[in-house]
Amino acid sequence: MSGALQPVIVGAGPAGIRAAQTLVRHGLRPVLLDEASKAGGQIYRQPPDGFRRSGKALYGFEAGRAASVHAAMSAIQDGVDYRPETLVWNAEGGQLDLLQRSQTTTLAYSHLIVATGATDRVLPFAGWTTAGVYSLGGAQVALKFQGGSVGERVVFMGTGPLLYLVAYQYAKAGAKVLAVLDSARLGDQMAALPALLQQPAVLAKGLYYVGWLRSHGVPLHGGVRPLRALGQERVTAMEWRDDAGEHRLDCDAIAFGYGLRSETQLADILGCRFAFDALQRAWLPVRDGAGRSSVSGVYLAGDGAGILGADAAEWAGERAALALLADAGVPLDGESAARAVTLERKLARQRHLRIGLERAFPLPPDWAAQASDELVICRCEEVTAGDLRATVKATGATEINRLKALSRVGMGRCQGRMCAAAAAEILAQCTAQAIEQTGRLRAQAPVKPIPFALAEPKEPL
Amino acid sequence: MTERLRSDVAIVGGGIVGASAALALRRMGLSVTLLERDFCGSRSSGVNYGGVRRQGRSLVQLPLTQRAHGIWARLPELIGIDAEYIRCGHLKIARSEADMASLAAYRDRSRGFGMDLQLLAASTLRERFAWLGERAVGGSLCPQDGHANPRLVSPAFARAAARLGADVREQTRVDELAHDGKDFVLLTATGVELRSRFLLNCAGAWAATIAEHFGEAVPMVPAHPVMAVTEPLPMFMNLSLGVEGGGIYARQAPRGNCVIGGSRGFALDAERARPSRDAITLVLRGTVELLPRLRHAHIIRSWSGTEGYLPDHEPVIGPSAKQPGLFHGFGFAGAGFQLGPAVGEVLAELVQGGASSTPLAAFSISRFSPVPAPATST
Amino acid sequence: MSQSVTGQALFRRLNETVRERIRFTLDGQAVHALQGDTIMTAILTQQSHLRHSEFGATARAGFCLMGACQDCWVDSESGERYRACSTLLLPGMRLLTQAEPKA
Repeated sequence: MSGALQPVIVGAGPAGIRAAQTLVRHGLRPVLLDEASKAGGQIYRQPPDGFRRSGKALYGFEAGRAASVHAAMSAIQDGVDYRPETLVWNAEGGQLDLLQRSQTTTLAYSHLIVATGATDRVLPFAGWTTAGVYSLGGAQVALKFQGGSVGERVVFMGTGPLLYLVAYQYAKAGAKVLAVLDSARLGDQMAALPALLQQPAVLAKGLYYVGWLRSHGVPLHGGVRPLRALGQERVTAMEWRDDAGEHRLDCDAIAFGYGLRSETQLADILGCRFAFDALQRAWLPVRDGAGRSSVSGVYLAGDGAGILGADAAEWAGERAALALLADAGVPLDGESAARAVTLERKLARQRHLRIGLERAFPLPPDWAAQASDELVICRCEEVTAGDLRATVKATGATEINRLKALSRVGMGRCQGRMCAAAAAEILAQCTAQAIEQTGRLRAQAPVKPIPFALAEPKEPL
Repeated sequence: MTERLRSDVAIVGGGIVGASAALALRRMGLSVTLLERDFCGSRSSGVNYGGVRRQGRSLVQLPLTQRAHGIWARLPELIGIDAEYIRCGHLKIARSEADMASLAAYRDRSRGFGMDLQLLAASTLRERFAWLGERAVGGSLCPQDGHANPRLVSPAFARAAARLGADVREQTRVDELAHDGKDFVLLTATGVELRSRFLLNCAGAWAATIAEHFGEAVPMVPAHPVMAVTEPLPMFMNLSLGVEGGGIYARQAPRGNCVIGGSRGFALDAERARPSRDAITLVLRGTVELLPRLRHAHIIRSWSGTEGYLPDHEPVIGPSAKQPGLFHGFGFAGAGFQLGPAVGEVLAELVQGGASSTPLAAFSISRFSPVPAPATST
Repeated sequence: MSQSVTGQALFRRLNETVRERIRFTLDGQAVHALQGDTIMTAILTQQSHLRHSEFGATARAGFCLMGACQDCWVDSESGERYRACSTLLLPGMRLLTQAEPKA
């Protein structure tokens, strides 16, 4: 860590942008690193140049928030050192390793705000690796970022608010949405109603999407257990079971997901302490109310350290920046101090409200027990549930990193982003352990693939 | 104490050395308890490069490596799985005429140990291994050397030992050990008290602590070789590659991933290590130079481990100079994987009969004892 | 694999269709896409696969579209690899999606 103040922010979604804005407001010039080519993260992702849809068309009810976040970014563009198309692939000794256009460089920091966001959480079903099956977030990116649909006739599946949002967005944009298959039951949502009533805006939006889909003739099913996607070279149909029996829908695309999972690899490499979060059923880097991690000078903001949603990401980014400023000895006025308190209160409330959402859209509780041996868990390495179970039986493995070493699950390019949750569920189930007893999959540098090409000598040998 | 155990032999460390010692001892009919702090084969034995190589070893290691070669030939029979072990050959690249001379000299010195080394000229390399870069001016090929998946091999030795009746205790850290005049007494963090006649110190990079505990400190230092792996690629590398004079080493696993090793990482704590950015950069550069075909490939993951290095880069194998009944097998300087199964057999021989058919003088722990002061009149 | 078994497009354009056309080569065929398309969109609006899995040779067409799943890597004729979902198509790219036989 250098003596001079050099704050760096990783991630330019709502959390990273608000953090940057806050630091700039207090006279600092942070480096803002963004893997994408334009700021906004996933939820407020901006289409490429030359695309014409309005904010309303792109972001619907979130258009106002999107505009505000994008405007904030525009306002600070000259006040930050913004580095798009830059991947942080490692961290060591107070410096980050960056990959930008096939060049690696290092970047020293005195303070670091990690705002790496989230991806979909997926639980495999038979045929999920077939061409034409996408995550809900992926389907949304196709629409938002490219103006397209992942298929002509799309089935939406899984659970969570995102399920209804993306189905609605697709139908509204003119795609054929064949059905929404929710693994949660109406009973789950009813049970969660008191909690959901505490967040009326969220509830209202959800009801709106449901109502709109229904009134536009999109069948909505609850209590769904996915059976299989059919098709070899591409998806041709989706089969599922619910209380009424087994069903099949011919389709050419499936978009599915069960909420979100945090991108925590960088926090792991930075040495942050992790704890198991029972509500999110995931290992998350520990942060205090202000966003301080267990490592001095490293702050965590937004969905990258636990799913709280986009609004909370904005609050968390701002709050972490205020903590950074305070810790760095930058004088803060009374207004900032009061704001910090307000932000922490909002974040605490949001954590409480998440309980209602999890109750309304729970993970299928018996997924692992129902997973057949043939089910592909690790899509990079094509490791099946049966492979995992056989490895456990043959070797006595009880821990996830051990299972990875012996079965190859999580050894692929994605380093377990897509499969670790499911692999842990299978491991827990076949070793009769609670999920947190199976351990935490360790991140390894580079957190995403880096090319050899960057090492090419510039002069001929 | 929740559990009192007694066995002929106690082994500390469940890597490939300790586990194969347990296996060998069980075949002799001796009772064995193996105590492993983590999971068997999860440390150096499990995260090394995976080279199963005789070529390049010091002359004093050749009898041991030859013995190990015979054991590796029976690997599936011993451990029940093939663990991706193949004898595809090991090629040591020369980058200069001086390197070639060095390789030729080694071939001459190492005759008689069955390695069948072949010196290959540059033209032969281009013809047989077109994927090699232009830097190689020649090389030395050991046709029956090869590689395996260490993650699979090492734990499998422990399982094989357990199947034969060894009591293998994982996640069982030894907190105290001593000799009470009659037995070795080991107390574990899990409440086990183990008494034994013999003790094998197979604790890898952490074995110096045990040696020192019994009055024979050794100047072993830890270091952390770095490994990186590519995405699966179409098979092209039909042998394991090394470079004379040092540099990177590379092999292609049967599933297509290229494993590339080289340079050093750093310790995260007493038990874990991580590749340094310098090491990763060096691996990236060295790879492109040696294997131009990989220039469009990616590294998808890297790792390191902890190895023990003694000043002469030779291990300590043999009886303790201070404590009867204690035998050491550690300090392999990053080259213990191929030797491991033979070291296990040797340790078992030492326990059973006090001697081994394999020459061990060069590995004696006594070489680190201070020279006794000449007798003076007192 | 000598012919594309998946001639039909996977992705459909719903809007933003008024954009400049750009030409590229896909498995040796001259085709075109629109300025602002990612490589993924450019390919999947023509056919239904980006690559084939190394293990099992099944067709893959990406999954997460946000650079996480690493399932959308596409080769070019000159050997470069692109993460199709997060790389904009450039004019003149020569891309390959047929399975390369493993030796």
